[in-house]
Amino acid sequence: MNEISGTDRLRIRPYALTGGRVRSTTELALETIVRVTGRCIIHAHELSSERREIAGLCDQPVSIVEISARLSLPLGVARVLVGDMVSEGHLNTHQATETEITPDGRPDQRLLERVLNGLQAL
Amino acid sequence: MVFKRSERPRADKPVPIPVKIVVAGGYAVGKTTFVGSISEIEPLTTEAALTSHSDGVDIAGEAAKSSTTVAMDFGRITLGDDLILYLFGTPGQDRFHFMWDDLIRGAIGAVVLVDTSRLEDCFPAVDYFESAGIPFVVAVNAFFGKMHHSLEDIREALAVPESTPMVVTDARDRDATKGTLLELVQHALALVNAG
Ligand SMILES: Nc1nc2c(ncn2[C@@H]2O[C@H](COP(=O)(O)OP(=O)(O)O)[C@@H](O)[C@H]2O)c(=O)[nH]1
Ligand SMILES: [Mg+2]
Repeated sequence: MNEISGTDRLRIRPYALTGGRVRSTTELALETIVRVTGRCIIHAHELSSERREIAGLCDQPVSIVEISARLSLPLGVARVLVGDMVSEGHLNTHQATETEITPDGRPDQRLLERVLNGLQAL
Repeated sequence: MVFKRSERPRADKPVPIPVKIVVAGGYAVGKTTFVGSISEIEPLTTEAALTSHSDGVDIAGEAAKSSTTVAMDFGRITLGDDLILYLFGTPGQDRFHFMWDDLIRGAIGAVVLVDTSRLEDCFPAVDYFESAGIPFVVAVNAFFGKMHHSLEDIREALAVPESTPMVVTDARDRDATKGTLLELVQHALALVNAG
């Protein structure tokens, strides 16, 4: 379950990590991609172990669902922790612009065309 | 330690845009196989807690008793430096609709996988995407190249309009999966352009 080898560290009950919250204030989509910030790297030693594990995965762009799966954290917990780390400036996320997303929150024409071209090129 | 000194990025790097497609259908119709045929990672599984939605969602007693989580698997396709496509395979039973609301928000659309010997298994998924106004394509997974019904008969049984694309696919085959995804993206694009 946990990648940390050589230790018999007990895992904390996941919801205790979020103070029982299952909803993040920012309510990020589960596919939201995050990446560590320079600020996170400087302050990594101050982070709780769960947050440090998240930061360790986010050296490369990864999504909240990937974090949840790779760290065996329930999706709701990963969402809250990542949301907090974004608010704190430890993780960066892409801010969708009006040229990407329609008013109902779905990919717009230009973004769909990029997906189409990307898939065709596979 | 999390980072080696040599790995420290100098400045904050840009973060790619995520896009997603939902793959739905009945049990054992080939959802995980479909996702895995094109994903650059081995499909991963995460558990969505049934209890994580406190907004009065009625959770079927049976599901709540037997387990408190729903498994959902997903794969990833990098489409460029700044664009990543996620594919989510999700169970199609009615009782999981509360999860679909979350999953489908912001999605390009959905692929509904159909096994012609168990056609009715896809009804809940078709009902859901139709009523939610989500672009979707119906993809018949032809197990062993065998189809028990013609595409026209299936269209009639599902009562989906001519405007909804229907394709024959093979969940094990990367090119067939790619073709099915292209069909969906083209359909979604046509709807955006028309709307
Ligand atoms: N012959 C054949 N077998 C398939 C095909 N798609 C899936 N399978 C098999 O059917 C079983 C269920 O597939 P799976 O992807 O796990 O279904 P899921 O429950 O919808 O995720 C697996 O044993 C697959 O190997 C197909 O197109 N042809
Ligand atoms: Mg599966």
